[in-house]
Amino acid sequence: MKKSICLYFQVHQPTRLRLYRFFDIGKDSHYYDDFANRTILKRIAQKCYLPMNELLLEAIRQNKGQFKVAFSISGSALEQFERYAPEVITSFRRLADTGCVEFLSETYYHSLASLASPAEFRHQVLKHKEHIKELFGVDTVTFRNTELIYSDSIGAQVREMGFKTMLTEGARHIMGWRSPNYVYTDEIQPDLNLLLRNYGLSDDVAFRFSEKGWSDWPLTAEKFVDWLEAAEGDIVNLFMDYETFGEHQPRETGIFDFMAALPEQILRTGNMEFVTPAEASAKHKPVAELSVPEAISWADEERDVSAWLGNELQQDAYNKVYGLVEKLSLVDDPMLWADFGHLQESDHLYYMCTKYFSDGEIHKRFNPYDTPYEAFINYMNVLSDFIIRVNDAVSQK
Amino acid sequence: MKVLMFGWEFPPHIAGGLGTACEGIVKGLAHNGVETLFVMPSATGDEDQSATTIINASDVAVDTALMNETDFLDKVQYIHIGSNLVPYVDPEEFTNVVEEERLRQEKDFRISYGQKYKFSGKYGTNLMEEVARYALVGGTIALQHKHEFDVIHAHDWLTYMAGIAAKRMSGKPLVVHVHATSFDRSSNENIDTRVYDIERRGMEAADKVIAVSDLTRNIVINKYGISPDKVVTVHNAVDFSGRENVFVERGVRDKVVTFLGRITFQKGPEYFIEAAAKVLKRTKNVRFVMAGSGDMMNRSIRQVARLGISDRFHFTGFLRGADVQKMFALSDVYIMPSVSEPFGISPLEAMRTGVPSIISHQSGASEVLKYAFKVNFWDVDAMADDIYALIQYPALASFAEKEGFDEVNRLKWNNATAKMKQVYESLIK
Repeated sequence: MKKSICLYFQVHQPTRLRLYRFFDIGKDSHYYDDFANRTILKRIAQKCYLPMNELLLEAIRQNKGQFKVAFSISGSALEQFERYAPEVITSFRRLADTGCVEFLSETYYHSLASLASPAEFRHQVLKHKEHIKELFGVDTVTFRNTELIYSDSIGAQVREMGFKTMLTEGARHIMGWRSPNYVYTDEIQPDLNLLLRNYGLSDDVAFRFSEKGWSDWPLTAEKFVDWLEAAEGDIVNLFMDYETFGEHQPRETGIFDFMAALPEQILRTGNMEFVTPAEASAKHKPVAELSVPEAISWADEERDVSAWLGNELQQDAYNKVYGLVEKLSLVDDPMLWADFGHLQESDHLYYMCTKYFSDGEIHKRFNPYDTPYEAFINYMNVLSDFIIRVNDAVSQK
Repeated sequence: MKVLMFGWEFPPHIAGGLGTACEGIVKGLAHNGVETLFVMPSATGDEDQSATTIINASDVAVDTALMNETDFLDKVQYIHIGSNLVPYVDPEEFTNVVEEERLRQEKDFRISYGQKYKFSGKYGTNLMEEVARYALVGGTIALQHKHEFDVIHAHDWLTYMAGIAAKRMSGKPLVVHVHATSFDRSSNENIDTRVYDIERRGMEAADKVIAVSDLTRNIVINKYGISPDKVVTVHNAVDFSGRENVFVERGVRDKVVTFLGRITFQKGPEYFIEAAAKVLKRTKNVRFVMAGSGDMMNRSIRQVARLGISDRFHFTGFLRGADVQKMFALSDVYIMPSVSEPFGISPLEAMRTGVPSIISHQSGASEVLKYAFKVNFWDVDAMADDIYALIQYPALASFAEKEGFDEVNRLKWNNATAKMKQVYESLIK
């Protein structure tokens, strides 16, 4: 049997908050920095989404359907595309039409709802599923959670919603001696297949590609294909942020040339083939069950949820926002629900992370605030206004 | 009567509260028939000179007559050297560094005779050097204006060396005015000894010391060893003339309890946070605001998050100008839980805006404010009780608001400066 190569790209853009001062609370309920969101989105569309989609479309054509990829696009990102760069939606639709692209399900708002509230989690997954169907005309069958967050209890909820396959991190502390290059199942839900990210090979592309101090720099498609061939197992799961191409790794690093050459190089070996996550799950027999009582993710050295919930600031903000779930269920104001969703975006909590030393570099890169404290103050000011609106809406009932 | 006065700043360009106090003082003195020559390191020309004559130290060339005052030069150099110490070198190297530095400075100071020095007048890294140079210029000014004043009055340690130099050059009596001490700027164990030394030197050289409160007077006596009969308390006042109360539309309907000031150890921010958490256990219709910035800000934010009250406890960061007035106008209760506060003008501002205030017994303001609520800074239960009472019982709040407003309007610089005039008179004879 040929070895499977499974490529999945994450597409997400947060809805960044404007500078929201104490004096604004109760007076102004527009929370977002529309200018920054538009500017950043348009820039990344030009540098990454549009050229990379074009490149992948060409690769699918050239390899006559042998090349396949999967995308997960958050609802927050889709909303921004629709508003600021509809041509990106069109371009993804062209990819969808090839039949070689699988779209995955996730929480609409790229949130931590899976950890906080089963009802809110379900609500967001279904909202996202509908939106993907509406835009791309496909039914999603595979699930990937925000930042690949996974635990046994999340797995159970995901299976209950009808998904047969889920993506997560091949975290070392979970895998132990076992290899991520096989299909596993969830210990509690034996019919939920798990695909595990090969973080070594994924990060070679996503993080190390342009690192000149790296002993394997420069990374060529030939070299990478050798590594893939050498990897033991049934499948290599290469999961990464889509913004790797052109944004985190700028065009000058040669990342586009690398990706343009890769599909053909892999297929030419004759012993490897591309699969989508759903195909991988059907094709390979699970080798073992995994037990994951505590949530894991693909973030930071710890591969846990400490990037979002590691300090007291994050925990208080998280408790305060998810403390509203019940009240929200009593009102049906779409504006309130939309704001509630955007305020749940995990990015807001990520900006409050104080893990400066080991992973500070990467945290800094994605952070519009100078300090975690500023991020916290601004978020709590916004949330305070939102809480007033929710309480008003409930009391008017 | 005429006074040569040394300050560090003067409105409109001010960084601390000292400039505002100096303006109130020169105006009050003018009202009492005392003329002032006000020296400051860096004047910009847009200062209000209706009540005083401003001398810009940056415009004055150091007089060569000072060159023979070797003793004086030694004194000045002493502080100058202190400002450039290099840490973490071995003893031998240290001696070399000090010696080199001494030679460099001597040369430096020789050159500075007959020349002007452009002061920043700020509180930057070369503060010690500016303080030393200010002393040279201060001596020169005293010589040049020798026959135009009767007394020298120097405000806070930044100007004490200048005051001493002026006294030495002119032979006129010196009053130093203590607005704050090293013990109010840091905890007991780690005060800046260089600043402490200058403070003590100034107080010792002075003929009279004016303290802004009895609290500060006790520090001067006990921590600086100054004879009690030399130290006089003159409480601060505040000038509200030309102040219009701003009207601000409220966004939040809850009561607002405000702390406004630097978020540092001396201001007791953690006690306010503890008290807030206690109040929130009993009532929800209240919000707390900590306005300002400082080295304890991040710690305070973590404390608020840990207590789980961050949806009710807000931070605004540093506020300036109109935003300060806006913040007072939005407040129902003002709180100043200072651990050590020589005076503390902010509750007076709050009460003037009609906001009842809770202040600590450890503040100079508590000596003059009858209608402020007073608690010990560590007594968070008492603090919580007072906050709760003021937001829950409207009769109490409106009483405190009305009486407090009248009270602070009676605290006038005209009265405070009349006492200063008596101090001057006691020295002229």
